[in-house]
Amino acid sequence: MNGMAWFYFPARLAWRQLVFDRTKLIAATSGVLFACVLVFMQLGFKDSLYASAASAPVKLSGDLFLMHKQSEAIWRPVKFKRSELMRALGNPAVAGVYPLYLGLAPFKNMETQVKRTLMVYGFDPDSQIFNVEGIKNKRIEMQLKDTVLFDEYSRPEFGPIRQLLDAGRNKTEINDYKITLIGTFRLGVSFAADGNVATSDLNFMRIFPNRNHSDIDLGVIKLHPGISVTQTQIELGNQLNEFINIFTYEELLQHEMDYWANMAPIGFIFGFGTIMGLVVGLVIVYQILFTDIANLRNEFATLKAMGYEHGYFIRVVFASAFFLAVLGFIPGYALSIGLYQLAESQIFMPMPMTFSKGATVFMFILSMCALAGFLAIRKLRVANPADMF
Amino acid sequence: MLTVIEVDRLNFSFGRGVLTQSVLKNITISIHQGEIVLITGPSGSGKTTFLTIIGGLRQAFYGSVIVLNQQLINSNEQTKIKVRQQIGYIFQQHNLLKSLTALQNVSMTLEMHNAMTERQRLDRAAEMLEAVGLGNRLDYKPEQLSGGQRQRVSIARALVGKPKIVLADEPTASLDKQSGYEAVSILKRLAKESQTTILLVTHDYRILDVADRVVELEDGIIKNS
Repeated sequence: MNGMAWFYFPARLAWRQLVFDRTKLIAATSGVLFACVLVFMQLGFKDSLYASAASAPVKLSGDLFLMHKQSEAIWRPVKFKRSELMRALGNPAVAGVYPLYLGLAPFKNMETQVKRTLMVYGFDPDSQIFNVEGIKNKRIEMQLKDTVLFDEYSRPEFGPIRQLLDAGRNKTEINDYKITLIGTFRLGVSFAADGNVATSDLNFMRIFPNRNHSDIDLGVIKLHPGISVTQTQIELGNQLNEFINIFTYEELLQHEMDYWANMAPIGFIFGFGTIMGLVVGLVIVYQILFTDIANLRNEFATLKAMGYEHGYFIRVVFASAFFLAVLGFIPGYALSIGLYQLAESQIFMPMPMTFSKGATVFMFILSMCALAGFLAIRKLRVANPADMF
Repeated sequence: MLTVIEVDRLNFSFGRGVLTQSVLKNITISIHQGEIVLITGPSGSGKTTFLTIIGGLRQAFYGSVIVLNQQLINSNEQTKIKVRQQIGYIFQQHNLLKSLTALQNVSMTLEMHNAMTERQRLDRAAEMLEAVGLGNRLDYKPEQLSGGQRQRVSIARALVGKPKIVLADEPTASLDKQSGYEAVSILKRLAKESQTTILLVTHDYRILDVADRVVELEDGIIKNS
């Protein structure tokens, strides 16, 4: 046998044997489908977590970002002195420096009076460090005393803020301090915070009376146009204190994602879930292939007696595994798209189905089936024609 | 006449040590091209074991078994596969692949030979099924065929590759007298046309008259030949 026949004939036999028993085929594909959906959901949640974790930094507009070296992530920052940020102004490449203040505080639901913690972002409204429409438009109004912008993408437990604002209700409390909501913007929630509000740095100090201007959480640096970001990064590294991390935009995002992937147990949990899904799928496919070989050993022995080589049967088993992978993946992919949309509408976190995710899961499922096939071919030895006749 | 099977002082036993049970003792026989030889004998006389050794399905270690110029004693897997590919095998049960149609089952034999196109294979298989009287059953699965028809499909499968030797192990055991005799007659007719050697194991005395020679095996010893 050569060329096309080398794989085509065993694959065709595998296909004919698969479609012959529809019940078994459905059972087998369901197993693969199950594993497929499980892996898709785990990866979906994981990616959603990473994406949402970085939702605030993604919208930050700046060239370099200062953070204390002891800060694990933006949402749990270690404060550093504002003067450290100001020193960056000494570099001629720097056009402007802007402090960002962060704090978690309870927000009172206007309807139920229940308090729930959200993230408060405090910054100079004129600084334009957030590239978000709703914030940029309100930079004048934000300068008024006790005004706050609310993130529309916050979880619904904070109340239907949009409708309440339209109905003229805009007074509530953050950290037991009375504030006025003056509008909404769109940022997105993360695993760290269920909701976000943006306010001016002055209002921030009012909401958090024991914070002061000189202790900042994040420093945003904007450079003059056309200046090398990495060059300035190196220069600032030599000028500033060593306990300061200087990140480019990409490095900041990576730092945030790495935190969720490695520092927090969440990355591990989803990784574990993915592996469990694949193991379950592996066992199901292995069982199917194994019993198949056991049931068909008479037929395999017959073919062996006719002169078929051992390799032919190995190819039959692998072809079966391949077909099961494809047949299970297609409905699994379709079902997962639906589940992603359902999840998006339930947890208010982005869960996009990307091509690369689809390709990754397909590779997972394919290797899972290949491994199952690899384990099952040991059973081929029972198909010994001399023992059958 | 050309000798296709040459067996000389073949000994074969199962088991080891004190449990050794001798199955074939000093078997010597030559079978010529085109000859139809029946091997009869009571159960446990070693008929099937003898057949599986000739067919390259079982490894024997003592004596000499030359089939189609290949020594099968202490042979490697490749030699056995080469011999198997030149032999048509008919089993006690039909042993058809239940997921394939009669036509597909028969062309399985031809898929090992890469010289043919798919069309040629199917045509050749259909011709063969026509020859065994199943021209109108090409697309039937084994479970849709009667016992006699299944056995005729397996005869077609054994002969379609134009083998030099056909080995048949009790091909009539699961058939009634009528269809058993029919199956064997078809086998004989087709084999005679193509000068194929047939070695047939049976203890069905109703079909003895198809043979050129009857060999009786008892307790692993040939009684007369």
